[in-house]
Amino acid sequence: MKAAVIVFPGSNCDRDVKVALAQSMGTPPLMVWHRESDFPSVDLIVVPGGFSYGDYLRAGAMAANSPAMAETSRRADRGVAVLGICNGFQILAEAGLLPGVLMRNAGLTFICRDVHLRVERSLAPFTGRYRQGQVIRIPIAHADGNYFTDEDTLKRLEDGGQVVFRYSDTEGNVTGPANPNGSLDNIAAIVNEAGNVLGMMPHPERLADPLLSGTDGRAMFEGLVEAFG
Amino acid sequence: MIARVHVTLKQGVLDPQGKAIANSLKSLGFSGVSGVRQGKYIEVELAETDVEAARTAVRDMCERLLANTVIEDYTIELDG
Repeated sequence: MKAAVIVFPGSNCDRDVKVALAQSMGTPPLMVWHRESDFPSVDLIVVPGGFSYGDYLRAGAMAANSPAMAETSRRADRGVAVLGICNGFQILAEAGLLPGVLMRNAGLTFICRDVHLRVERSLAPFTGRYRQGQVIRIPIAHADGNYFTDEDTLKRLEDGGQVVFRYSDTEGNVTGPANPNGSLDNIAAIVNEAGNVLGMMPHPERLADPLLSGTDGRAMFEGLVEAFG
Repeated sequence: MIARVHVTLKQGVLDPQGKAIANSLKSLGFSGVSGVRQGKYIEVELAETDVEAARTAVRDMCERLLANTVIEDYTIELDG
């Protein structure tokens, strides 16, 4: 598998995702500066977490307009896999690669802790190594993770099986108290209709090494490598 | 020419920051505040001198960057 990670001014999870990918790929991914639109062909483009442009104006708003994101958008239209994590999800939503918006957490605070997610879809290339219904533990770290969209789009997402992870309790029950940020329908991750672009607020790259007290995130990267070889 | 843009949350979109501000006002002793919604004010200095051309350009700026039209509305005032 060939992969690239886009780096914006203010990204800070690009190196974590590089480590997680290198661990599963056996070789590090390409790191692409946001001003580059001319990077080599890859199977997977990762838009990492952090505070691109300091979250100025709106989280992800300015990063969404970078040359690297314009190129990512063109490649996504041709079926290249794109994974957006946290700020990456915000950037994909601002760029229109995914519907909806990530708003300020309903409780207003920045939340930095482990959550549990129920796997809604076991779906190549992203979640092929998870089982549908599986409950995993993954950290979140965000102030603007409250997923919102209009009623019609929400219905389309739900009917189309585009919700990939939901916030749940340890048993997999999707409840109010299990929802850290007020996201509609406890949505933690969605894919686009074509299934090649995924955005998620939690950080799988932060729990992909036994030294970090867990490896539930590793299956995402293993699944990607399995899908692309 | 200066364009003055107000970006506000659409009606019906939850505004927890507005609620927090309203609560703070209450704590400060202001009674009778029944609600607060907060938005952004953005000033754009333009070289364009034609009002209609300026309005079209700024509207485009709002649609593409200054506002997220999924959850935000905008108004534009042009000065000079």
